[in-house]
Amino acid sequence: MSDMSKDIQKQTASTVQETERTRTRKVYAPKVDIYETKEAIVMLADMPGIDEQSANVTLEKGVLTIEGTISPDVHKDRTIAYSECDWGDYHRAFTLSDEVNKDKIEASVKNGVLRLVLHKAEPPKAKKIEIRKE
Amino acid sequence: MFEPEIWRFGRALDPWREMQRLQSEVNRLFSGFTQTAGQDYPPINIWMGTDDVVVTAEIPGVDVDKIDISVLGNRLTLSGAREGSELKEGESYHRQERNYGRFSRTVQLPFNVEASKIDAKYDKGVLTITLPRAESDKPKKINIKSE
Repeated sequence: MSDMSKDIQKQTASTVQETERTRTRKVYAPKVDIYETKEAIVMLADMPGIDEQSANVTLEKGVLTIEGTISPDVHKDRTIAYSECDWGDYHRAFTLSDEVNKDKIEASVKNGVLRLVLHKAEPPKAKKIEIRKE
Repeated sequence: MFEPEIWRFGRALDPWREMQRLQSEVNRLFSGFTQTAGQDYPPINIWMGTDDVVVTAEIPGVDVDKIDISVLGNRLTLSGAREGSELKEGESYHRQERNYGRFSRTVQLPFNVEASKIDAKYDKGVLTITLPRAESDKPKKINIKSE
């Protein structure tokens, strides 16, 4: 049956770093939208099958990693007859610039979509230099 | 519209039909049609049981009341709309990879289903529809009498 599966909708993750994963599952890169508002950068990632427990967002050394683990799609006493979306975990990483306030990142999950709000850091205040009169 | 012919399984494969199917698939691939989003959206999996069939579809980020499921005989149609985020003045996209807009997809099921007993649930962006086989379409066991 595997020749009938077509993974046209999903893309495998390109940057699973150089390390290997312990589980031999497929890993997909979720499709994301990223847009910028005045105060924040908002990221939306399509990760069907995840909830707030199975999603994982980490920020380390300026690299934001989003991950999701999904439980296998098993239907008892039934056999798969046609498959387009193989199940697998999610992984994708982005580098963040300094303009993001790393202590203030909001994350939420709704209907399989992960939403991250990355607030921008306060712009450094201009330092006024006083001029003395000699 | 491409429709999975799942009832093909279990039969001896007809080489002529296989060739035709391959040809149409290749034509479709190079026609550029596959690039239009919505053609094969949402992606589905079909699980076969003896008395029912389960269809799962990955449709993340859609409200339940925005999904329409309809069944006619052995044809299941999924339609709905995914709404995009509307950007305000001064906002701009860095990337936009997710698909938006209306979608509609019809698949052929291996048997007629009992439309009144269809069960559908939407959880974590995955739609799961359980379609029981119609009573009239179930295979009948015939007892053989010995004289």
